[in-house]
Amino acid sequence: MIRIENVSLKHGAASILYDISLDIPKGGITALIGPNGAGKSSLLSLIARLQPLQSGKISIDGFPVDKTPNRDLAKIIAILRQDSIVTSRLRVRELVGFGRFPHGRGRLTSEDHAVIGQSLQQFDLTDLADRFLETLSGGQRQRALVAMAFAQGTDYLLLDEPLNNLDMYFSRELMRSLRAIADDAGKTVVIVLHDINQAAAHADRIVAMKAGRIIADGTPAELLTSETLQRIFSFDMPVITIDGTPVVMHFR
Amino acid sequence: MVDRRLACLGVAALLCILAYMTIGLRGNIGFVLALRATKLAALIQVSVSIAISTVIFQTVTNNRILTPSIMGLDALYLFGQMLLVFLLGGLGYAALDPQLKFSGEVLLLMALAAGLLLPMLKHRIDMGLMLLAGIILGVLFRSLQSLLARLVDPNDFAVAQGASFANFNDVRTDLLIFAAVLTVVGVVIAWRARHVLDILALGADSATGLGVTWSRTVTGFLLLVAALVAVSTALVGPVAFFGLLVVAVAERIVDTRRHAMMMPAAALTAIVILVGGQTLFQHGLGNSSTLGVVIEFAGGLAFLVLLFLGSRK
Repeated sequence: MIRIENVSLKHGAASILYDISLDIPKGGITALIGPNGAGKSSLLSLIARLQPLQSGKISIDGFPVDKTPNRDLAKIIAILRQDSIVTSRLRVRELVGFGRFPHGRGRLTSEDHAVIGQSLQQFDLTDLADRFLETLSGGQRQRALVAMAFAQGTDYLLLDEPLNNLDMYFSRELMRSLRAIADDAGKTVVIVLHDINQAAAHADRIVAMKAGRIIADGTPAELLTSETLQRIFSFDMPVITIDGTPVVMHFR
Repeated sequence: MVDRRLACLGVAALLCILAYMTIGLRGNIGFVLALRATKLAALIQVSVSIAISTVIFQTVTNNRILTPSIMGLDALYLFGQMLLVFLLGGLGYAALDPQLKFSGEVLLLMALAAGLLLPMLKHRIDMGLMLLAGIILGVLFRSLQSLLARLVDPNDFAVAQGASFANFNDVRTDLLIFAAVLTVVGVVIAWRARHVLDILALGADSATGLGVTWSRTVTGFLLLVAALVAVSTALVGPVAFFGLLVVAVAERIVDTRRHAMMMPAAALTAIVILVGGQTLFQHGLGNSSTLGVVIEFAGGLAFLVLLFLGSRK
């Protein structure tokens, strides 16, 4: 379980997060939604100890993120940021292999190679495995980065807007893959999403943030109503239900 | 299994070394060979330390056109030399025990590099600011050095000048053993850290996510770079663009940025260029030109090409 207690964050005079408390139990997909600047990415990077904790506590399976050795945490939690830079001349297979670093400090065993192959397959990259990253499209590169985070083999996977650059087909494929690893492998996925209908279709729980606070929390069916969405995004959008899944008509 | 391209580079480096040792052997062969062997050892050390330090520095700063000398690390070293001449006089400077002086200088350079860089790393200030600070400090140290050069008397100046220009003909053999120990230790550390360096190349966030503690690791590598720069600067003087040239060439040859390949490739390329070039200039061209000038010229061109290609992307 990821337990967040009374976490606040400031950049200089500007407050980013106000006294956030949230429990994310093990298993399932939790989607973080909210307008730009709500603090979703900041919260994610605090959980993944990419930023030092200023106040409050965060623990993962009982390990406090600010006191647990970095290399131990890397076996529990993996993160993919939205602006991951890839400048090195690398092949897809090599990049995915970096995900195994926390386990063997860079020496790949046959077990590691099996995991790498499995990740490549899971994210439909087997044909691209020997291509250089710089020759891939933005969406393919994005999938390679997700595959690297998956290859890390952690129970918790944090993804910051992984659907950026992906077309409709691969957005759906990625969400389905995440659904599969949550259901079959028992992984816990926390994902920042802008496409609210992807959240409606694939997430077990949606946490909505606005201006540094959590303002709504529940299952897609509970949360995706016109009134709640009005509160989160400050404009009116109709919600219809198709086959039991809410569909938000935010584009009209 | 060793990569074929790496093996080719190794063979080329060996051929250069053989040519350096054997071409134009005359007179007392034992004496000539011993003389050449010491010079060769120094050239190889310089090649390896410049190549490795540049690879590490580029990885840590995530920048392909930076070298430690562009950041002013060797300017700092030379300023130290000039300061010593100024304080002790040319005679006092020459009378210093070279090994004691050298070890002091290495420690001082590492301490200053750390003192300059650590506070910035602690506050997680971005690399851009650090590099800007480095470049400005480089200018500062160069200016201070030339100020001191104007203050000392001409005899002392001549002593200091010997240390301030790259010279591959007249290497400092008195420091050889000591520098060799430092180089070997540095290379062993760098080789053992080759996988960590691969991870660092992904950037601070990804590296942290994969369990590498960014600031501590980067600090360690910067200290290593400072020590290696001290080795090469002490042995032959400052070379600004040589590291850039060999890393750019090596990367084209092995076509990867994995450090297990890049570090040996860069070191071997450096040996080919330095030892091969020195052989060519001594025997082929009869010392009519200086290798240092040609290397700096080619390195400067490589710098411009990289800059041009980078800006077009």
